[in-house]
Amino acid sequence: MVDAFLQYLDMGGYAAFVWPAYGLSAAGLIGILVLTLRTLKARQKEFDALKALRRGDSERN
Amino acid sequence: MHKFANPTQFMRIANAIFPWAAGLTVILFLVGLPIALVTSPADYQQGETVRIFYLHVPAAYMGVMVYAIIAVNSAAYLIWRHPMANLVARASAPVGAVFTALCLICGMLWGQPMWGTFWAWDARLTSTLIMFFIYLGYMALGDAFEDPERGDRAAAILALVGSINLPIIKFSVEWWNTLHQPSITSMQGFSVDGSMLTPLFLMMGAYTTFYISVLILRLRGELLAAKIRNARMSQVAISPAAQLAE
Repeated sequence: MVDAFLQYLDMGGYAAFVWPAYGLSAAGLIGILVLTLRTLKARQKEFDALKALRRGDSERN
Repeated sequence: MHKFANPTQFMRIANAIFPWAAGLTVILFLVGLPIALVTSPADYQQGETVRIFYLHVPAAYMGVMVYAIIAVNSAAYLIWRHPMANLVARASAPVGAVFTALCLICGMLWGQPMWGTFWAWDARLTSTLIMFFIYLGYMALGDAFEDPERGDRAAAILALVGSINLPIIKFSVEWWNTLHQPSITSMQGFSVDGSMLTPLFLMMGAYTTFYISVLILRLRGELLAAKIRNARMSQVAISPAAQLAE
């Protein structure tokens, strides 16, 4: 069982090429998704703060 | 088509599509990855390295498709001044650049064991690398001007000029002698066995719906950025009056 799994991980001797391809692809796709979500969250926060500021301004006037 | 130029209408449709695209992305990856990595057979010549094929081809396909989407939207922006077309193009570029980078990286990792080299300056590889640089140039140029509209126009023109590279990428394997294998599609059908086409199409589907999902998220971000700019401008306009009132 363990041998079969290790043999699978070896990818017929090409593990050094197959696994980095999958790892880097996952990193690239997850990276752009996380970056997008972080930017979206930061902008939403900034927009909400500006809205609150404007509301405060109009109440003061 | 012109009715999609309205951001509210466009985002209403995009927001309705989003949960389906995101859900489909998860399902396609969950089904496609085990087939690509475990159950699909090794190639009789390339052995287990064929598993890189299921990442390399979808990334290459999406790199070119996203560039085509940017070029078409850039044309729509330059001709009709559709703001949404510009936003779609600008929001697509980083995702397309990632796909192209992944295509190049996976290609290199496949090339070393099969060709004996990570890189060769042949037509297909070089034209794809040029597309990656055009992506970077497009993003840099768009942000290089103080006036965002000038940046958008300059970037759109660059995207259109760069689209000449798309047919070069597509036909490079036919026009020149190259290490790269020819297209797997022809008039006679596919040159790849069905057991390999299934994971390939699943992964291509996953990459496509992933792009659609991330694009919609990025469009929400772009529209928020525009709202923030407007709010700041009105803040500046209000502030002196508010100070006088105090």
